[in-house]
Amino acid sequence: MAVTVPELSDILEQEFTVTNKLGIHARVAAQIVKVAGSFDAEVWLSRGNSCVNGKNILDLMTLRCPFGSSVRICARGRDAKEVLRALADLFRSKFGEA
Amino acid sequence: MKESAATDIRGIGVSPGVAIGKAHLLEQGQVAIPFYKLRNGAAVVAEVERFERAVAEVEKDLEAIKQKFHPELIEHAHILEAHQLILRDPQIYDQTIGLIRDQRLNAQWALKQALIKVHDLFKTVEDDYLRARVKDVDDVGQRVLRSLAGFPNGIIQEIRERVIIVARDLSPADTAQLQLERTLGLVIDMGGRTSHTSIIARSLNIPAVVATEKASRVIRSGDLVIIDGASGKVIVNPTEAQLSYYYEVQDALENYLKQIRRQAHLPARTLDGHTVRVEANIELLEEVVASRDNGAESIGLYRTEFFLLNRDHLPSEETLYNEYRELAELMAPRSVNLRTLDLGAEKMTRWAPRLDQANPALGLRAIRLCLHHKDLFKTQLRAILRAGAAAGNIRLLFPLISGVGELLQAKAVLNEVREELRSRRIPFDERMKVGIMIEVPSAVAVADLLAPEVDFFSIGTNDLIQYSLAIDRGNEHVAYLYEPLHPAVLRFIRQTVEVAHRARLPVTVCGEMAGEPLYVPILLGLKVDSMSMNPQAIPRVKNLICRSRLEDCRHFVDTILGMRTAQEIGFLLRTMVLRNFPEEFKFFDPDALTPKEIFSKA
Repeated sequence: MAVTVPELSDILEQEFTVTNKLGIHARVAAQIVKVAGSFDAEVWLSRGNSCVNGKNILDLMTLRCPFGSSVRICARGRDAKEVLRALADLFRSKFGEA
Repeated sequence: MKESAATDIRGIGVSPGVAIGKAHLLEQGQVAIPFYKLRNGAAVVAEVERFERAVAEVEKDLEAIKQKFHPELIEHAHILEAHQLILRDPQIYDQTIGLIRDQRLNAQWALKQALIKVHDLFKTVEDDYLRARVKDVDDVGQRVLRSLAGFPNGIIQEIRERVIIVARDLSPADTAQLQLERTLGLVIDMGGRTSHTSIIARSLNIPAVVATEKASRVIRSGDLVIIDGASGKVIVNPTEAQLSYYYEVQDALENYLKQIRRQAHLPARTLDGHTVRVEANIELLEEVVASRDNGAESIGLYRTEFFLLNRDHLPSEETLYNEYRELAELMAPRSVNLRTLDLGAEKMTRWAPRLDQANPALGLRAIRLCLHHKDLFKTQLRAILRAGAAAGNIRLLFPLISGVGELLQAKAVLNEVREELRSRRIPFDERMKVGIMIEVPSAVAVADLLAPEVDFFSIGTNDLIQYSLAIDRGNEHVAYLYEPLHPAVLRFIRQTVEVAHRARLPVTVCGEMAGEPLYVPILLGLKVDSMSMNPQAIPRVKNLICRSRLEDCRHFVDTILGMRTAQEIGFLLRTMVLRNFPEEFKFFDPDALTPKEIFSKA
């Protein structure tokens, strides 16, 4: 069976909504960094005109994403698909908060 | 006991309950930051190593704190993981080392420069959202600076007895180190309701007062302290009388709350058999669970604007529909009153042109704003009508209606939307009930003309008081005139209820007045059909309703409606409730029972 392997230059992206009340604060940013950091793919989060590295906590904390805002996450690399899936789970769980 | 004068300190009560005990002051002055240039390459290498050691030490400390985390708070340990990541962030770690190497700066000064740069990154100081995030960076920076200065970071040494912790500020790492089982209460100079320490205090039921500004300078270790986590009062070196009073309060409060919470799920029926509906005011879907746990029979007021704030773009109709539908389904079959957007023009900046209005409270807001931005209004109405199809329990509520003309305009838009949905064969609740907020004095005056047009009235006391008395509550110069017991306010409520009942419409009261136990006898006596309040207030209000006689309340209201000033009415009311419900009201210092004080508590 033929398996399609994405090109390294392929960028996958997905839109997420921040559904926890306090937005992406330090604790949430740390969880994103931990998940993103466990994959090889590059991970970028963007909102409006700002785009930050998903593996850098300070960068993430400066991205203004309050409750209800939507964030675009781009991933590039051999496990880009997996990292997006893992991040989707994390967003869906509201980072374990209300 | 020494009879030196007791000192009162005021803060914000963030975790209710009374704590009495010895103060334990946490000394944590800011570390002085020296500046010097390193003489040679060898000094630079040594300084870099010194910085790396300090960081490694802080990292180890944080790890150790994380391991010892109080088992009930394990999810809060994530914040320490965040701090560990911040510690190694290139913009702090690499940047500091770079500054030591390139500019031959000493480690403390270099770190301080790096932290300043990070602050710039977070730019807007007036933004609460980002300010809260900078705080985490500063907490981490402080720990490294303390370590570089040779101060131990384990600021909270062994505490051998049960104490009240007094501090200027507590970082999450500091809070984590507290021996919470030995902490009777917390008094903190900084912070607010949503700061990390406040949240933890509430989740562990530790009484806490924050934002005291000066407590850590006034209180010394060993001082006897009483804190009232509901009113935000801190008494240092209390008198014998205060002490015995608060011991009693503490005991009674605990038993009392336990008891009334157990009964909060029962209906609120007066001793003479009249049932009053007790409902919850909410802003977020997440509050539904708390509302039901506290005994709310329905949602009396869902403030829909909150869901739209803090967004750059208007949510789509689908997003709104999903939100409303989820709320309705969570509450079904109990009703949900969805109030259409009560936004002021100043809050619309992100998606509408900003209007400069000299007097926003009297300007383009609420229903007026919606009629002005008709597309926005129609989007919300479509979402509400459609969501109502799911369980049929949504009721629509228009805010700030000032007269029949305005109401007819709003209803015309509603009919347009219904017509559109019908022609597109989209299911919606054809029989959705429609009500209006009575919060403008002109609406009271023409309540009889408004009644035939709607299914229910909801009195918003906050705005009704503000508009009736021409008082801007936020204006400190006139705030003392904000009097819920002003005879005019009481007459307006009575008038509204009488007109509504003649037209067979039910009336809800949903301002802060409804959630304040002191006013329960008055609202009962004014014959309102339901009261809607913040969920936490429900058990106490329900309890008071169950212990009142409607007939007595009516007589009482007849009496006070013959009085001339809010002061006279307030005095009689306080005397009455203190006599009839002593257990309820002894939790408040009777001296503090002035209407103004009570309002600041609500």
